[in-house]
Amino acid sequence: MSDSPAQISEAVERPEPKPASRGGFSGLLQRSEVARGYTLISPTLLFLTLGIVIPFIILVTMSLWTAQGFGFDMTPTTANYEAAWNQPLYGALLGRSLWISGWATVATVVLSYPMAYYVAFHVHRNKMLWIVLMTLPFWTSYLLRVFAWKVVLGYEGVINSALMSAGLIRAPLEFLLYSPNAVVITLAHAWAAFAILPLYVSLEKIDRSLLEAATDLGDGPVARFFRVTFPLSLPGVIAASLLIFIPTTGDYITPALLGGPDGLMIGNLIQLQFGPVNNWPMGATLAIILMLCIAAIAGIFMVTTKIVKDRIL
Amino acid sequence: MSEKNYINRPNRPLQIYAILFLIFLYVPVLFLPLFSFNDSIYVRFPLQGFTLKWYGELFEREPVWNALMNSVKVGIATAICATGLGVFAAKAITRYRMPGKGPIVGFVMLPLVVPGIIFGVALLVLLSQMGVPLSLYTVTIGHMIVCLPFAIATLLPRFEGFDGSIEEASADLGENAWWTFWRVTFPMVFPGILASLLLTFTISFDEFIMAFFLTGTEPTLPMYIWGQLRFPQEFPSILALSSMIIATSFVIVFLGQWINRDAAFGGPKKGEKTK
Repeated sequence: MSDSPAQISEAVERPEPKPASRGGFSGLLQRSEVARGYTLISPTLLFLTLGIVIPFIILVTMSLWTAQGFGFDMTPTTANYEAAWNQPLYGALLGRSLWISGWATVATVVLSYPMAYYVAFHVHRNKMLWIVLMTLPFWTSYLLRVFAWKVVLGYEGVINSALMSAGLIRAPLEFLLYSPNAVVITLAHAWAAFAILPLYVSLEKIDRSLLEAATDLGDGPVARFFRVTFPLSLPGVIAASLLIFIPTTGDYITPALLGGPDGLMIGNLIQLQFGPVNNWPMGATLAIILMLCIAAIAGIFMVTTKIVKDRIL
Repeated sequence: MSEKNYINRPNRPLQIYAILFLIFLYVPVLFLPLFSFNDSIYVRFPLQGFTLKWYGELFEREPVWNALMNSVKVGIATAICATGLGVFAAKAITRYRMPGKGPIVGFVMLPLVVPGIIFGVALLVLLSQMGVPLSLYTVTIGHMIVCLPFAIATLLPRFEGFDGSIEEASADLGENAWWTFWRVTFPMVFPGILASLLLTFTISFDEFIMAFFLTGTEPTLPMYIWGQLRFPQEFPSILALSSMIIATSFVIVFLGQWINRDAAFGGPKKGEKTK
């Protein structure tokens, strides 16, 4: 994949200077490849600046304000951050969010790995069909997939009603719905596509002759997997973990529908501040804290895996 | 390549696992259509009997149709804008040397790895400080942010998959940049553009988190469903509505993948066929 004909020809052609065929402003642009590239991407960057960067700056600013009746007191103060630090509720919910997302990430990556491995190594025809089949459920509404799990896990849901009509249990199993377990299961299901695709891509990229070399040098299937395949698929594992861990930490739909009081996460608290509680500065503060935590954990995770990888390889 | 050498020989347990995994992926989602035909107000086993009344009930509801129209409007606007920006970005990323290309690509893909709630509240705060009222327009802006990485990821392999020297040939033969794009680049990347339009429409149509913070008085379809989920007696008709959404999403996405099949997922790049 990395050496498709187009890219090779591109690489070959790049050093040659482009003939400047026109004068004036467009000629200048023609001459300067860099300027043309920037010009072309500038609408997208402008939009993202207006849609992401500026809102984020305002969010940080607002976290330093305080709510006052229906308006804001705009004198900068760190009172919200102090409140977040001092009130145990915020820390507890943040910790629980990271804990639940962590488990959901581990479950998703561990369950998806064999699946991606199977398609990369053992499916030879219809690979595309398998990939489309695996990613298709992901394209339906997130809300509907969560709703589906509510139907499956509910007090009178699919599992409980099936077990009861089969006579295996008398009362509904209560630990299924409205618990952190339900949130972990639902998240693992809803985000599976985000694990399968990066894992598949990294496994597919592995040079098969390395596996043959390992076998020729006397490695059995297990040793070969842990010494060659797995280390080489680590970029996929890292990408999958981050792609699931980061967005799920801020989720509030699944906890709201399936979590119950013990399964609420920091996203629910942020949503409450912007809704019923109407304390936007506090909500902004919690959102910033969530971002900082995620960035820190992602950073630590990437550095650690890099160190481990350097040791192994 | 021999398909049955000692590394690639079929692995029965892994195959069974893969099939179980697919079942796990689909079964919860497929329960929604199953129960939508169930002749009972309760969503539970045993099934009672086949009925279409939940669908019939849905057709008589005015708010559902309004919400549907809102979602379609937002979806079309989002698809066109996000794909348009995506084409610019994908061409710039694949065709030109740019210092700082890595960080730019990272920035463009940022919405994939930042929780939606952060973007939602950040945009909400900005718009309210600017005094912009929440409406379908604000939802569209939010959806464009969510959709942009998907549009670019769909378009990039298309732009990478064809030879840039064809564009250069066109330029050498005297076409200006716009005509080169229109007569050479556009037909080549057209399947990617179509796929991107379909996928971003689907994502926008199904999107909930951004819409939750940015919707004004006119709800999108997911927002309408969210409002109805509080009432268990509404479950059956929501099941019917969900089933129709799922069916539509599946068809659109499958179509998108099929149209763009040569370029999808960095698969083998065959010679380009013009369709």
